[in-house]
Amino acid sequence: MPIHLQRDIDFLKKQVLSLCAIVEDQVRLAVGSVLERDAAMARHVQDRDTEVDQREVEVEEKCLAMLALHQPLASDLRLIVSVVKINNDLERIGDLAVNIARKAAALCEEPPIDIPFDLKGMWEKCQSMLHDSIDAMVRFEPQLAHDVCGRDDAVDRMKHDIRVQLEEMMRRDPDRIRPLERLRAVTRNLERIADCATNIAEDVIYITEGRIIRHREGD
Amino acid sequence: MDCVTAPQDRFAIQTHQLNLWYGTFQALKEITVNIKPRLITSLIGPSGCGKTTLLRCFNRINERYENVTTTGEVRILGKNIYDEDVSLGELRKSVGMVFQRPNPLPISIYDNVLFGIRSHTRRGAFARSERDGMVESALRDVELWDETKDGLRRKATHLTLEQQQKLCIARLLPLKPQVILMDEPCSALDAEGVERIEELVDALREKFTIVMVTHNMGQARRISQECIFMLMGKIIEHGDTSQVFLNPREKETDMYVTGRYG
Repeated sequence: MPIHLQRDIDFLKKQVLSLCAIVEDQVRLAVGSVLERDAAMARHVQDRDTEVDQREVEVEEKCLAMLALHQPLASDLRLIVSVVKINNDLERIGDLAVNIARKAAALCEEPPIDIPFDLKGMWEKCQSMLHDSIDAMVRFEPQLAHDVCGRDDAVDRMKHDIRVQLEEMMRRDPDRIRPLERLRAVTRNLERIADCATNIAEDVIYITEGRIIRHREGD
Repeated sequence: MDCVTAPQDRFAIQTHQLNLWYGTFQALKEITVNIKPRLITSLIGPSGCGKTTLLRCFNRINERYENVTTTGEVRILGKNIYDEDVSLGELRKSVGMVFQRPNPLPISIYDNVLFGIRSHTRRGAFARSERDGMVESALRDVELWDETKDGLRRKATHLTLEQQQKLCIARLLPLKPQVILMDEPCSALDAEGVERIEELVDALREKFTIVMVTHNMGQARRISQECIFMLMGKIIEHGDTSQVFLNPREKETDMYVTGRYG
């Protein structure tokens, strides 16, 4: 392979890793601001979103330049096209973290409420999916990506169970509908983060195996 | 940017309203361009667009042909090379050139490397050890030392084309040029030779200003940081290579790089 392309690919992977590290941190702080009732932390997450946006544009520009300058083929082409999509998902996760932080800020302005479900546990599941999907890309490990895809159902079930639980609580205590609805929105955003991580894992499978496995349920 | 107002040291090569005629045919029209130091600038465009003619203005090698008329300015490191006090010898010492077809002299590898510097200095200007050092350093810089160190007295014409082209680059280095002009330096080589010369040129770019004419747009994309697109004697566009190939400003450039024209 020409050295220049390999150099650019190594650089691109570093850029994606660095974007992912920021996005992971954003999700951690956003959920933390809900758990700790920390309005300042929630504000910080919202402010930092411009950095995520800026890095997303940088990654996209790098991908476009690599396509134009190297006209890559086969695994290189699959990698760069997939990074364009993964980049998009990472930015989306950044937006979802901001949504969570907004709910945290709103919850801070209301009387404290006990969180009646395992929010931290749900976050840990999402965080590990995100982390592993990017790890699978960098280490070129399709098995790890398949593993991430298999973990999405558990998060979906968690979200569903929490929703049922929260709706029941709202029925019993209509005065608490607003904060409970906000907590429900937090879990909905977390579940979407897991979906984005699954998208990333599916792209990693495309990069490593050349197979598009989306929309193949039941095949 | 207008080269008259641009700070001189920001650019290695500047031209201002450069025109050139072969007899009555105008090959270059009002060329004003600023070329940055220590990077690779590629010159692309269809055959006959003037890219080689422009390259040959930078060391005044065009003047070897009859009927050539030039007007305008060419400044190398701030000095107008068409001024009367410019010595062609000194100019070509600081502006080296590599040609399409490797042109080693039919003498030893060792003497080829020293040929340029010898023709610019008096006889005996360098001790034997200095000469040996220059040869080794130049051949190392072009990654030819390990292959040739045990046969430096062999005739250079016995080398492969790739090795010959590396030798032609090595031959410039003892003169410590500021600028290296390359006129399709890979067109005589096979695919592996092309890749290795490209790697070499890439490695040299930090020390020199390299201007390269190429017919191969892939090569321009791969190794140059800035790219100039010419058409019918004019510069249509000059910018970052990624910008020229991804998002050209001019419609003509877009048509050329997408293969719809030329």
